Amino acid sequence: MATLKQVARWVPSHWGAGHLVLAGFLALLVLAVSPVIKLDLVVNGLFLGAIIGLGAIGLSLVYGILKFAHIGHGDFMTLGAYFALFLLSDLFPRIGLTGAGLGPFTFGYPLLLALPLAMLAMAVVAIALDLGIYRRLRRRGVNPVVLAMASLGVAIALRGVVQIFWGGGTEQYPRVSKLFYRLPMDVRIPPDNLFVGGLTVVLVVALYLFLTRSKMGKAMRATSDNPDLARVSGINTEHILWWTWAIGGALAATAGVLLAVSQAQLVPIMGWRLLIPLFAAVILGGIGNPFGALVGGLIIGVTSEISTQWLNPSYKPAMAFLVMIIMLLFRPRGLFGAKD
Amino acid sequence: MDIIGNLDYNIAFVVVAAIYAVFALGLNVHWGYAGLFNIGIAGFFALGAYTSALLTKASADPRLFEDFKFGGNLAASFEGIPVVGSLDLWFVVALLGAAAVCAVVALGIGFLTLRLRGDYLAIATLGIAESIRLVFLNEKWLANGSKGLYNIPRFLGDVVAPRNYDYLFLVVVLVVLAILYLAVERITKSPWGRVLRAIREDETTAAASGKNVFKFKLQAFILGAAIMGIGGALFAYNVRFLSPLTFDPLLATFIIWAMLMVGGSGNNKGAILGAFIVWGVWTRTQFLPRFLGEPEFRLFLIGFIIVAVMLLRPGGILGEGRKVSRPAWQQKTASPET
Amino acid sequence: MLLEVCDLDAGYGQTQILHGVSIRVDEREIVTIIGPNGSGKSTLLKAITGVVRPTAGRVVFGSDSIAGLSPDRIVRKGISYVPQTENVFPSLTIQENLEMGAFLRRDLGRERLPRIYEMFPDLVSKRGDRASRLSGGQRQMLALARALMLDPTLLLLDEPSAGLAPMMVDGVFDKIAEINQTGVAILIVEQKARRSLQQSHRGYVLATGQTRLEDTGERLLANPEVRRLYLGG
Repeated sequence: MATLKQVARWVPSHWGAGHLVLAGFLALLVLAVSPVIKLDLVVNGLFLGAIIGLGAIGLSLVYGILKFAHIGHGDFMTLGAYFALFLLSDLFPRIGLTGAGLGPFTFGYPLLLALPLAMLAMAVVAIALDLGIYRRLRRRGVNPVVLAMASLGVAIALRGVVQIFWGGGTEQYPRVSKLFYRLPMDVRIPPDNLFVGGLTVVLVVALYLFLTRSKMGKAMRATSDNPDLARVSGINTEHILWWTWAIGGALAATAGVLLAVSQAQLVPIMGWRLLIPLFAAVILGGIGNPFGALVGGLIIGVTSEISTQWLNPSYKPAMAFLVMIIMLLFRPRGLFGAKD
Repeated sequence: MDIIGNLDYNIAFVVVAAIYAVFALGLNVHWGYAGLFNIGIAGFFALGAYTSALLTKASADPRLFEDFKFGGNLAASFEGIPVVGSLDLWFVVALLGAAAVCAVVALGIGFLTLRLRGDYLAIATLGIAESIRLVFLNEKWLANGSKGLYNIPRFLGDVVAPRNYDYLFLVVVLVVLAILYLAVERITKSPWGRVLRAIREDETTAAASGKNVFKFKLQAFILGAAIMGIGGALFAYNVRFLSPLTFDPLLATFIIWAMLMVGGSGNNKGAILGAFIVWGVWTRTQFLPRFLGEPEFRLFLIGFIIVAVMLLRPGGILGEGRKVSRPAWQQKTASPET
Repeated sequence: MLLEVCDLDAGYGQTQILHGVSIRVDEREIVTIIGPNGSGKSTLLKAITGVVRPTAGRVVFGSDSIAGLSPDRIVRKGISYVPQTENVFPSLTIQENLEMGAFLRRDLGRERLPRIYEMFPDLVSKRGDRASRLSGGQRQMLALARALMLDPTLLLLDEPSAGLAPMMVDGVFDKIAEINQTGVAILIVEQKARRSLQQSHRGYVLATGQTRLEDTGERLLANPEVRRLYLGG
């Protein structure tokens, strides 16, 4: 931990950029010190971590700005993934849009259309839920834990909606199987993971630019820092909340679609099962710090993959939980959080 | 359906509803009185059920188990435990053991998270529930893995004819529920309970007036978890079969939240009433026509009930009773008010 | 008259803190409100800026009634507010903090920025640093600078000297006088108010949510009872 603190101190003060540097550094460190660890697990853990990270970024933004633990976030992912499924297997084929196996990937170009539509849909759903439920509770001046409670109800209801429309079974996007890339040192990468990695980089850079360059992005950070001061500065915090939900919902949808692509299946419980890794990533990165959440996601992804070398793979969520507990013990404000 | 069949159905209904009422009482100690947000009830549920099953005396058929070390026969190694007449003390041991194990686990989680902000507890309880489920699923030596434990002996063994077991167990469950209700009622009306509510309303003021907030919260968390452990034990003696799949968050966590919200958190009678109402709705709706009776729709319904109660009637049916204090949902806060 | 507060009631939830407070601030005036801890001084400022919703009474600014408006609409009318603590955005840079001060009018903000840096030259070299790195005195200066970005006609300051070293306190009050010279009226709330009253045109004593006394700054300083009760002898 001491080393981490020192590293964090070298990091340039500019919001986020340094954290990405640190992420790479940590990953290299893990590789360098441990010849016993299979490189394959580390690499594929990073891809899993990118998916967790995308979900966690939105969760962290919501947590930082609305100040409550949004338990429905995992089910936002699920709903986003199933919405894309509806487009890919129902709507698009009716208008003649079909296909799979685009280039090296298992999916076809319709997915590239379905993804932004799913993002948009989840952004709308997230804002609508805020207007219908969370805002009404906020105006009553309730305690944040009550908002978290309401979001538990939302999580359950959303999963119910998914099951009403698609049943409880396993589904798949239209796909054709592809060979894994074989790299030296026994590293095998499913081609779809390149898409996961590339899209994550694009979205994170876009978010970084939004948060540091645009007026609305800066105002979001300001509101996360200090909502009361933001309001007396003339920032309409209601609009900020809409932006926050929109970004959180869209990123959750992306994470959900990518999870469905990389695991080659959709089940209604997929998002709920990821809730612990999501929160672990958020706490690791420090609540309200989106780039911290990404780094947290990568760390969680890699550690839970590596753990499969010694433990039954089904213990992965428990690994994420363990990392989170260790974090809460030693640095409850996260890797990059202020000192207590 | 003939009259006897109908009666049996109703008895089975009351037994399950009363077991859920025990959980709702435990959750009421957590949420209603102490404002502790536990979404890992399933963890304590499973822990209580498995503990009591492993502690029961009679052995199950060893051929049914492969890697399982205990074979439901852990208790057989303690020959010294008395059986007074036909009174099976092992049942009491199993109940108390379940409570004790849950209390110890709650002590651990509470110690780690209760000093931190409130919603960390929620995440930690969720994590521990999932971890407990994974342990029971993967560690075959402990609890026979996904095949589960079966033939958990009946209370009093074969003293009562198996076909009349439900009548006997109904009495047992109602007695346990009554004892727990009176105990929780008494504890929450005591000075200790008042301090707890003061903390829930305004932690800073309570701390400023010299109360050890952490200690009180920890005690409340342990108490609620122990009650849930007893609920788990009763459940095990009722269904007499346990598998990790039994402890799905829907039927082991969410529905209990819906029960407490509907009945009225902060009110022990409300918790019990809510358990009967929600379990009634749950069991009756399976006879609804078409998709309304499907489990998918009922899952949605549980979530919808929780949100609707919070928005429309935050006090539930009974509410907190005498308005001596502000309930959890009206606490003063620093959240962004817009 | 620039600001007039009449018989104002306000509080948090069911706890009423202000009971019929009346004060006024004239144009280009510095007014200080003194009073013990818990007398409702901060609540009064929050009620004027709309952070706390008044339950009764009038707040008139210029010719508009502003009681019950949202904070962003009140800011737009020309009232800026500097809270006592947490009055900067710690994870934002100095420059970004100032930009947030002009969130409502980016055009005006661009125009004002050079002028503000001129007034607060110490901030120029730190414009790219996060506000969390500033010292207490610098942070207070940044808070003032942020509040001035929209060119307000009235500035509300909640205990600007709280927690500062004595040397810094002088710097802050010199800066307040300088701001006042540019034509901005200033309403200050202070617990240890000697320094503040010295440079105020008028002052009020607030106790248990009610206005007790009103007088010029000098005469309040000279009043033996005020000295005994609120100025520490």
